[in-house]
Amino acid sequence: MARRRLMHALNDALVEEMERDERVILFGEDVEISMFGDTKGLRERFGPRRVRDTPISEGILTGMAVGAAAAGQRVVVHMFMANFLYTGFDGIANQAAKLRFMTGGQVRLPITFMVLYGGGRALGAQHADTPFPMLVNLGGINVVAPTNAADTKGLLKTAIRGDNPTVFFEPGGRGGEFGEVPDGDHLVPFGRAAIVRGGGDATVVAVGSMMKPALQAADVLERTYGVAVDLIDPRTLVPLDEDAILASVARTGRLVVVDESRDRCSFASHVAAVVGDRGFASLRAPMKRVTVPNVALPYAPPAEKPLIPNPERIVAAVLETLGRAPLATP
Amino acid sequence: MDTYAVNANPSLDPTLEQPTRDELLAMYGRMVLIRRVEERLGDDFTAGKLPQSVHLYVGQEACAVGVCARLEDGDWVASTHRGHGHYLARDGDVRGLFAEVFGRRDGICRGMGGSPHVADFSKGIIGANAVVGGGIGIATGAALAAQMQDRGRVAVCFFGDGAAAQGWLGEALNIAALWRLPLVLVCENNGFAEFMPTATVTAGSIASRAAGYGVPGVAVDGNDLIEVWQAAGPAVARARAGQGPTLLELRTYRTRAHTESESGFLSRPYRTVEEVEDWRTRDPLPRVRDRLSAAGVRDDELDTIDAEARRLAAEASAFAETNPWPDPSVVYGLMFHDQEP
Repeated sequence: MARRRLMHALNDALVEEMERDERVILFGEDVEISMFGDTKGLRERFGPRRVRDTPISEGILTGMAVGAAAAGQRVVVHMFMANFLYTGFDGIANQAAKLRFMTGGQVRLPITFMVLYGGGRALGAQHADTPFPMLVNLGGINVVAPTNAADTKGLLKTAIRGDNPTVFFEPGGRGGEFGEVPDGDHLVPFGRAAIVRGGGDATVVAVGSMMKPALQAADVLERTYGVAVDLIDPRTLVPLDEDAILASVARTGRLVVVDESRDRCSFASHVAAVVGDRGFASLRAPMKRVTVPNVALPYAPPAEKPLIPNPERIVAAVLETLGRAPLATP
Repeated sequence: MDTYAVNANPSLDPTLEQPTRDELLAMYGRMVLIRRVEERLGDDFTAGKLPQSVHLYVGQEACAVGVCARLEDGDWVASTHRGHGHYLARDGDVRGLFAEVFGRRDGICRGMGGSPHVADFSKGIIGANAVVGGGIGIATGAALAAQMQDRGRVAVCFFGDGAAAQGWLGEALNIAALWRLPLVLVCENNGFAEFMPTATVTAGSIASRAAGYGVPGVAVDGNDLIEVWQAAGPAVARARAGQGPTLLELRTYRTRAHTESESGFLSRPYRTVEEVEDWRTRDPLPRVRDRLSAAGVRDDELDTIDAEARRLAAEASAFAETNPWPDPSVVYGLMFHDQEP
């Protein structure tokens, strides 16, 4: 085990996979300077052919990733902020998600699109989105949202080594957080959720950045209310470990999903739909979604802060599934 | 030849290089095959045999054939919704093409792509896009891979004048010029962006867009096989030599419909009969045939080429018509490699 910051775990994964396979190339905006630190030092280490700064041309970078992958490279393209997926969406939605299908399976597309997402840092409406839903809906794209350093490293390595396109969501504002990362060639498989806590009173599914407030909420619930939750980290949204969620709901009868997407058609809505379809008989209370309201994220911190799911909202949602109300805060 | 290059590479000097008689004969054979295949598919659509309308390449044959004659095995080609001609110019499989357009099991894309997405990686066709301009990024990426792999491969992107209005063209010119990618951008200016006359939706000249990026831009008569071939040669050679991209604008004309079904929904004509007739006098096929005749190829040889193309098209059409539909469950195995959708 090594104690690593989440951003350093990302960097470790990139270094290891680029060392391992010379077909891996990385390009994007400012990957040399690396504002986040995730691609720092790669150009010095692997040279200007394999690691390239690109013009600010998100519209074509995604399509280029598809062409380069189809022609034999393993491509990591850093799209910078998740909002820029919108700018480059044709290459993802019309090309990466469909080229294999449209050609009857002739091609493999080993592409990892890296983006940083999430609000709460006064970045303004165009740098703070969490666009899980549009990606999850495409069908042909893996969607990965790690919550800690170890999974970040293991999932990124799996993405780069895999043969399918993946959008890898880096939790914004969590890059400095430390975690224990296993030594050696640490890989985390897609489609396998992590059971972060096993409590049994209610099931909380928390996605990506939302694991932190969910953990804080779980502490409050245990300490103040004597409620112990199953806390589930899906780790990958596509493929989704439905069975792990359903197994927990079968025990608890209660589900709260914490997701930083906007509420309408959020990823949380999808989880609730799955449980409604396959786990309805286990439910003992209406399911709750803790999400971002259907508004853009504002700049002013006092206006932005309450929009992002926080421990208080998660605690209230869990208690509601148990027919209880939060204690009045002084 | 109409050259807009302000930063012309000497290698793009319009050479007087001429194809040999055999090269010309081979290119003529391809053009005739494309024409007869497209006519046959038009008939098959009219006869109600196809699941959907088709966008045919009739009138533009010199573009695909003149460019692809300059390519080698292993080079990449990004194609379009009007892509049957590009595929056949790359020695495509006629039966597999028909089966694909018919939506059948043994189509080159197993019936999953259809007419607008005729792609065959074994022939270097790296996708055919119904997103106008959608192939530009893919070809640029393939050129990047070719540069990384350093085996002298080039990537060619065919796109229409309509696609020249997408931002991707400027982005590709910029990146490909900066990185000296082995890319040839081939705009087939066929006079219409769907039903909109090019002049109504396109400012300036397309070839001249290259100049702002320091890239050679060349416009030639796309209905003249020799001119296309002469322009493509140096562009491909320049890419292969690691000297960077070229933009070719091939000025041609779509003499058939935008989509074969258009007479069923058009509320008004979008061009005159006289205009179409005028362009038919500039049909690329007779121009090559005349040249071959002048070079001593006998009429009966040329007629045989034509008859053989008709026979191949008819045979492939009959094959496709009786080929089974794909198993509908095949869709679940295609979204990902080795993973449930």
